Amino acid sequence: MDIAKQSKWLVALSLLLSSSMVYADWTVNMRQGVTQISREVYELHMLIFWVCVAIGVVVFSVMIFSMLMHRKSIGAVPADFHDNTKVEILWTVIPVIILVAMAVPATRTLSDMYDTGNAEIDIEVRGLQWKWQYTYLNDDPAKEISFVSSLLTDRDEVNNLARKREHYLLDVDNEMVIPVNTRVRFLVTSGDTLHAWWVPDFAVKRDAIPGFIHEAWTVVDKPGVYRGQCAELCGKDHGFMPVVVRVVERAEYDTWMAGKQADALAVYETVGKEWTKEELMVKGEEVYNRVCAACHQVNGQGIPPAFPSLVGQGLAVGPIDAHLDIVLNGKAGSAMQSFKGQLNAAEIAAVVTYERNAWGNDVGDLIQPRKVNEMMSGE
Amino acid sequence: MSAIIEQSHHDDHHHGPAKGLMRWVFTTNHKDIGTLYLWFSFCMFLLGGSFALVIRAELFQPGLQLVQPEFFNQMTTMHGLIMVFGAVMPAFVGLANWLIPMMIGAPDMALPRMNNYSFWILPFAFTMLASTLLMEGGGPNFGWTFYAPLSTDYAPPSVTFFIFAVHLMGISSIMGSINVVVTILNLRAPGMTLMKMPLFVWTWLITAYLLIAVMPVLAGVVTMMLMDIHFGTSFFNAGGGGDPVLFQHVFWFFGHPEVYIMILPAFGVVSAIIPTFARKRLFGYASMVYATSSIAFLSFIVWAHHMFTVGMPLAGELYFMYATMLIAVPTGVKVFNWVATMWQGSMTFETPMLFAIAFVILFTIGGLSGLMLSIAPADFQYHDTYFVVAHFHYVLVPGSVFSIMAAVYYWLPKWTGHMYDETLGKTHFWLSFVGVNVTFFPQHFIGLAGMPRRIPDYALQFADYNMVSSVGAFLFGFSQLLFLFIIIKCIRTGKKATAQVWEGAHGLEWTVASPAPYHTFTTPDEVDMKEAHG
Repeated sequence: MDIAKQSKWLVALSLLLSSSMVYADWTVNMRQGVTQISREVYELHMLIFWVCVAIGVVVFSVMIFSMLMHRKSIGAVPADFHDNTKVEILWTVIPVIILVAMAVPATRTLSDMYDTGNAEIDIEVRGLQWKWQYTYLNDDPAKEISFVSSLLTDRDEVNNLARKREHYLLDVDNEMVIPVNTRVRFLVTSGDTLHAWWVPDFAVKRDAIPGFIHEAWTVVDKPGVYRGQCAELCGKDHGFMPVVVRVVERAEYDTWMAGKQADALAVYETVGKEWTKEELMVKGEEVYNRVCAACHQVNGQGIPPAFPSLVGQGLAVGPIDAHLDIVLNGKAGSAMQSFKGQLNAAEIAAVVTYERNAWGNDVGDLIQPRKVNEMMSGE
Repeated sequence: MSAIIEQSHHDDHHHGPAKGLMRWVFTTNHKDIGTLYLWFSFCMFLLGGSFALVIRAELFQPGLQLVQPEFFNQMTTMHGLIMVFGAVMPAFVGLANWLIPMMIGAPDMALPRMNNYSFWILPFAFTMLASTLLMEGGGPNFGWTFYAPLSTDYAPPSVTFFIFAVHLMGISSIMGSINVVVTILNLRAPGMTLMKMPLFVWTWLITAYLLIAVMPVLAGVVTMMLMDIHFGTSFFNAGGGGDPVLFQHVFWFFGHPEVYIMILPAFGVVSAIIPTFARKRLFGYASMVYATSSIAFLSFIVWAHHMFTVGMPLAGELYFMYATMLIAVPTGVKVFNWVATMWQGSMTFETPMLFAIAFVILFTIGGLSGLMLSIAPADFQYHDTYFVVAHFHYVLVPGSVFSIMAAVYYWLPKWTGHMYDETLGKTHFWLSFVGVNVTFFPQHFIGLAGMPRRIPDYALQFADYNMVSSVGAFLFGFSQLLFLFIIIKCIRTGKKATAQVWEGAHGLEWTVASPAPYHTFTTPDEVDMKEAHG
């Protein structure tokens, strides 16, 4: 191998190593987290871990001692014993005692985890392929806010065409925001297949199951941004639906909430205005790449047969009402979900218009948000 | 001895193997069928292993390099299915076929024709399963646990072939286990009482009952899926009044005993090997039998510990936590008995013993991490992370798979009449031992650090350990080609093996010549009690 070739290999190798060494993280243990429960869980974990280590050390020491001392090569002669009821009883009873000792604190922590009452804030967490929808429940429907939280990481980073930034795969467009030192209850459910909502720092993990609403709760005692991931296989992009929760002071939370509520109102107003086709196309492309491209792909070609192509065929070039209907209501028994709860009227109008006029689909027509809104509220 | 005398009295075409390929197609001989099972399982081991290497290659670095997520999911699914149903289970059935008749002094399995059917179903089942990878929409991509509704409403069209393949495997397993039960209960030589049977026979008897009990449950659950997909029922569809969690309960009612189906025969193998090389009788034979039975019983009442995060009521969580912790007691008894067998023995460390000792140590590590997982509140952090992946690979790879390798080295001289190459055998052991630990030990760490399982790409803080794990996986994977080479070499050539093969070996199989004659124990002899088990 000549020098040039060798150095090329070295460069390649060092790039390979450095790319991971930059983020070298040899963490070996569970994190303690930022809630009372997560610390209790951590302590339980460490307790059972040390019990296991102790058992392992005892058993393996005896084995290794035996392997060193009772080998034929140093002249060991086999003993004749092969039964001892007392010893058998002893090593049945001792593990039982250890297990009972373990069960006591575990039962206490588990009971605490299940005590879901007295929450100040209720958030519905809905798993969707492949994003989370958070709805802050409120007795006054006008004050209820709802938004979808999906992966922010660029596809180029995933495909190694761009440098992977900090929080690669753990960054979202809309974080869940909750106040510090406040009891928050999560009502976890799913709109399609199974998911699991998991924030390691809270020690909260709940399966999101269609048809069920399961409760979990937390009181976080330290402001910060906490990241987790979907923990139940949910299809193609299971690895690409992170959970991000920003924990802030109460005042900041109130400001954020007021802002969100005002945004909801503003959206309501933009829906009423007349949009140009250019505005719809720009907005539509943004929505499409954020929401639709995971399945139907940026070029509209999809991944048939699971995710059909939208180019030159099917509803995208057919009657606009049917096209709008599938975006609003989804298609039962397929991965095509209902978007009327996730996107507002302007976004839906824009994305439908975009699909009909992009990638050479020159249908030429467009639909106004106002019209979509009428259809949505008419139902 | 009588077998040899018998043979000389008759025309040999009744007693020797037929010639050519048809020997293997029509054979009803337990040794031939055992061989077929073992080779089939080895092929599946390599196929499932190559899927694992696709997974580990993709996970070598963050980002998507080799495969897309939809194909990655097919790889994780097929790796699990092939290894569980194609590699580990048939390998133990192969060992059962070869050894149970020879260990209990029976001339053959009780139902030889059915034995032939139960093997020959398998190649068709797995060809059908593997062919789904080439179908439009790809193969099964919902994990080997195939949770609904991902495996029903959201499944690729090939799911129907998957369902039929599972049905076929189930039929094969049920027939095989009926055969084992009938053979053990009816064909023991005079004097071979139940409590004199070698532990391998005991563990297989219990395993066979587990299989007969749970394979129909698996068949039921896949049939419910089939109905949901094609006939408009809603067993698992919440939109139609069904219950996705029901799927998990039914699946794990099969799935947890299934886990023990893959480890109980391993206990039997190790209980045969350790006494031989320690030159000392197995410690606590009776307690081993009772412990195995207790584990089998407990396996039916702990299934929902796989579902701690599914939202069961507190009482359910507590019950399943306590019941699961209990399993540690009989399992501990077994480990202590093996250690006590080694204690004050006169040990040598041939390849089977090395694999058996590695089994005891690494299976214990897997068992201890299992104890950690049983603590429900902590499981909320472990569940569906790489910690779980590390746990069940520790009990399955250096557990079940090492025990199978130990068994192959231990009985290979009896099967082929040649000693295997000891130096190469030890090399294979050390490569596998290092490879397994480098692969799976770091997975404990990335799991605790928060990496979910079944993801094709991961956050940057998991990069280092994943790289280490992938290196280990390739080391372990390619070491198995050496195993193949050693076996072929042993079949073709090698030092002639004696009848007893190993100095400390006890048991009826060691009283027949090596290689074992095509027919053994054709007349019921009185069994020498001391030779019955180690």
